[in-house]
Amino acid sequence: MGSNMAENHPVGFQWVMEARLKGARVIHVDPRFTRTSAAANLFVSIRAGTDIAFLGGVVNYILENERWFDEYVKHYTNAPVIIDERFKDTEDLDGFFSGFDPEARVYDTSTWHYSGLPVQETAGERSKGGTKGEQSGHGAQAGQFVHGEPPEEDPTLQHPRCVFQLLRKHFRRYTPELVSRVCGCTKEQFLEVAEALCENSGRERTSAIVYSVGWTQHTVGVQYIRTAAIVQLLLGNIGRPGGGIVALRGHASIQGSTDMATLYNILPGYMPMPHAKQDTDLATYIDNHSSTIGWWGHLDAFFTSQLKAFWGEHATKENDFCFDYLPRINADHSTYQTAFDMLDGKVTGFFLLGENPGVGSSHAKLQRLALASLDWLVVRDLYEIESASFWKDAPELETGELETEKIGTEVFLMPAAAHVEKDGAFTNTQRLLQWHFKALEPEGDRRSELWFMYHLGRKLREKLADSDDPRDKPLLELAWQYATSGPYEDPSADQVLREINGVGPDGSALGTYADLKSDGSTASGCWLYVGSYADEENKPARKVPGQEQDWIAKKWGWAWPLNRRILYNRASADPEGKPWSERKKLVWWDTAQKKWVGADNPDFQEEKPPTYVPPNGARAENAIAGDHPFILQSDGRGWLFAAAGLMDGPMPTHYEPHESPFSNPLYSQRSNPTRQLFARRENPYNPAESDAYPYVVWTYRLTEHHTAGGMTRTLPYLAELQPEFFCEVSPELADERELEHGGWATIVTARTAIEARVLVTERMKPLVVDGRKVHHVGVPYHWGTRGLTTGDSGNDLFPVALDPNVHIQEVKAATCDIRPGRRPRGKALTELVASYPRTVGDEA
Amino acid sequence: MKPGDGVETYEAEAQPRLGFFTDTSVCIGCKACEVACKEWNLVPEDGLAWTGHSYDNTGELNANTWRHVAFIEQQAPDPIKQGKQDFRWLMESDVCKHCTHAGCLDVCPTGAIFRTEFGTVVIQDDVCNGCGYCVTACPFGVIGKRERAAASSPAGAGRTSGQSPDVLQTAVASDGLGAITKRELGGDGGMHKCTLCYDRLQNGMEPACAKACPTDSIQFGPLDELVERARERCGDLVEAGVSEARLYLADENDGIGGAGAFFLLLDEPEVYGLPPQPIVPTKNLGTIWGAAAVAAGALAVGVAAAFLRGEE
Repeated sequence: MGSNMAENHPVGFQWVMEARLKGARVIHVDPRFTRTSAAANLFVSIRAGTDIAFLGGVVNYILENERWFDEYVKHYTNAPVIIDERFKDTEDLDGFFSGFDPEARVYDTSTWHYSGLPVQETAGERSKGGTKGEQSGHGAQAGQFVHGEPPEEDPTLQHPRCVFQLLRKHFRRYTPELVSRVCGCTKEQFLEVAEALCENSGRERTSAIVYSVGWTQHTVGVQYIRTAAIVQLLLGNIGRPGGGIVALRGHASIQGSTDMATLYNILPGYMPMPHAKQDTDLATYIDNHSSTIGWWGHLDAFFTSQLKAFWGEHATKENDFCFDYLPRINADHSTYQTAFDMLDGKVTGFFLLGENPGVGSSHAKLQRLALASLDWLVVRDLYEIESASFWKDAPELETGELETEKIGTEVFLMPAAAHVEKDGAFTNTQRLLQWHFKALEPEGDRRSELWFMYHLGRKLREKLADSDDPRDKPLLELAWQYATSGPYEDPSADQVLREINGVGPDGSALGTYADLKSDGSTASGCWLYVGSYADEENKPARKVPGQEQDWIAKKWGWAWPLNRRILYNRASADPEGKPWSERKKLVWWDTAQKKWVGADNPDFQEEKPPTYVPPNGARAENAIAGDHPFILQSDGRGWLFAAAGLMDGPMPTHYEPHESPFSNPLYSQRSNPTRQLFARRENPYNPAESDAYPYVVWTYRLTEHHTAGGMTRTLPYLAELQPEFFCEVSPELADERELEHGGWATIVTARTAIEARVLVTERMKPLVVDGRKVHHVGVPYHWGTRGLTTGDSGNDLFPVALDPNVHIQEVKAATCDIRPGRRPRGKALTELVASYPRTVGDEA
Repeated sequence: MKPGDGVETYEAEAQPRLGFFTDTSVCIGCKACEVACKEWNLVPEDGLAWTGHSYDNTGELNANTWRHVAFIEQQAPDPIKQGKQDFRWLMESDVCKHCTHAGCLDVCPTGAIFRTEFGTVVIQDDVCNGCGYCVTACPFGVIGKRERAAASSPAGAGRTSGQSPDVLQTAVASDGLGAITKRELGGDGGMHKCTLCYDRLQNGMEPACAKACPTDSIQFGPLDELVERARERCGDLVEAGVSEARLYLADENDGIGGAGAFFLLLDEPEVYGLPPQPIVPTKNLGTIWGAAAVAAGALAVGVAAAFLRGEE
């Protein structure tokens, strides 16, 4: 669901096809019949933006038909935990949870906590009820208990305030009939999927759920994934071979770049960026973000070691290991907020490395206008992409919204080396690092990112060498010594990996993050990557073929943490430590050896017996019981109910997309009340349920092109395979709007109108939703003004409406109009758009 | 192992016949085969024309397309989906069949087309004079002419950039073993088609398309092994309810004597644009030549008689 894996991850999809050949059943749930649907054993079409209703229906099906994995649920999830008596569900408050502040549109999450104690998120933002989008400990939420286990539990799962019963109440109305009414699939199709998942789960079998940006790019994107987590925890499909929730990342090494903190609000290893007000010194930071229970209890060691890696000998206990050298966060500086800040003159210079927001970001027109407001812009890419050339060829020049002569942005275009022209590691979706070796030297002025960053730093340091201004000290005292080689003095990527891995007091490479210390005697760039260079060996560079090792293939590359291939794999054994079944065994407790053994590296303290009960006063990992596999959570359990860590609710709720032709059949609250909107003239929204925008539209990619097209529209062999921008519509919609197959259509939203060739196809089918027929318009987004094949950009159509947790844009469900023929040119284009209705700003 | 026509002339150097088994039931239409083929063989871009025919903008096999993925959107019950859905999307990667009785080879007047030691059929670029006889002799429409890259008629008709296919004439490629060789390809006025990566085969490597195929829809190997595997796969599919599954060109008694590249299809060959019963046009050549000899003899006698008469 939310993934077109065959088209966007064809190399990974070979394993799905192999599984299908071995008898696995492949189910694809998607608005559109894609190449993935063609290869699936079952395809179910649902309306874009309704996946929570569909999966919520699965949760309800599991609960009503008693299909959950009882022992797993009782021991490994927080199902028995009793929640604060002040908690109120959306069922009680017509679409809101307790704690909503209608003015600020944020939740005070204190009523969502476990009964009897305060809970906080670890290594993440606490429930300050504050601004959206300041600190984040991405993916690292956990609660903090003063001691031991949650104080109030009901192992029989009968208490009306236990998580299990709250879940049942919350999803009770997600019946097959409701799923059909909201999603537009038939009740029978839904039941077939729900039953298939239940049948294929349990002791002997496991099911995996695969998703991609079809789930994340919504105003409720995080909650989509949460719903899948609930399904998989109820069915016992986490931490076991063949199970899991498989997040396919958008392109090569996006996982690695997230691990290494390309996001603005985290540091490498998902540690929060210090806050200007709350994190006044190192001790306060550690106190604010550490956890007494679980592995985040060692934040001090992880963090201090990182500071040592950054500033080396200059980082001492006396100066808080240079804690004050780190930048501070004080507001939302996410990508869309930054675009508005450019328009407002608050951001005047910008670096773009391997990204083409003028085509690839939502409301790409806004992005181009923002870039044109900068003083200077550095673009590093393989080609002169639209985000570098906007000043001479943006579509806004034609409409008069931009004039070349009036754009003051100075663009520095730096040619980048391709991946075959440099050494380095890719970290893929399952956290696997795979090394690649330089095949040839880059020609001309092309250089690697590593070269660019290293030499930029070196030159800045040289320029500032004589400065005694304190603000220059963080730069001057950086540990910035790298061996260089080759004709361009390329820094050694191998050395960088070793630095990320980290070293101990004797200078030798560390083997495990358990050896990191908070006293400054160890240095490590990212605690999760410790072990990638253990024994002074570049482990990601290992390439032992599959047939020369066992099925888990631990000698191919290296996976964080500690080369574990399946996270939380303690859950592959029962509470007593025995495999759930012979067929699905992975790691287990060996009573003779008194340790965890198995094919994978156990994701558990090796010698902690299944019977272990933490003594009072136990800390960190020692406070996690022997039968609780989820060792980063402060109670060691999988959270059916997220007592902390999310902005928009402890349980997922079906909300309509921000732009939707429908009301919410469950609640009078139509959309996610905490979604992030921007009330600005440049960012108009289509009014909800507007007759002017009757169709559902979303963007997607094609196998033949790469994201914003900079790497593929420029190559003849790829450009010729999909040589023109097109949209996909059903024959029924073509009839309704007199669209001609092979002709042109103009697609209109409040942002702009774009034109595309029309591909009329039976693969697009109208759905009956809430008694009304709804049509989809499918828009691939690869095109722009440059390359061998050019066309309008699909992302120009979409607004800036974001998920409140991670600020991701909603481009997988919005509304539009479509009309036959090409779009008007020049000012007539803006006039056409102006003739449609629009709203600016908040609309609950 | 059944050699292709003529491979026995290699005597001791003859290799097991190598070929492709293209299993369309696992094709995901990624077109990696098309791209890998062009990359390796330096085949020029074939035009930037959007067809509107599903996701197929390649159209057909020709001089500049040696692998072509067909996309067929079909209102038909899909047996892979237990027939529950009345729509399916078929994908098939087509290629030169490397026929046992290859019409192109039979008719080539220059000897440019030859049977390799692997039983495959290859055109020698430096011998071909572009006469085009092979085009009409191919029952599958595989071969095309790569027009000379005159400024007035670029081979990549419809291209929007100023990049000329001539660039490829001087392109330099590695043979995969470290040696750098210069290839003279493109715009040469000669006939071109799949070589089954003859150069890779000679170096013990599998063809580029098979190497790139992520789902093993394109399988490469000794032909007799492939046929055996394909029969088993087809049997499994039929048993699993995919009753229309069939092998195409795997039968040595068909009109081309079986192919070096054969297919597992999920419907009639016509659905994929393939001839249902291809016959090599030179099949009856012996008889035709016999008849022609008689006719020529008669003509000679007639002409001689006429002259004789004229002298009278």
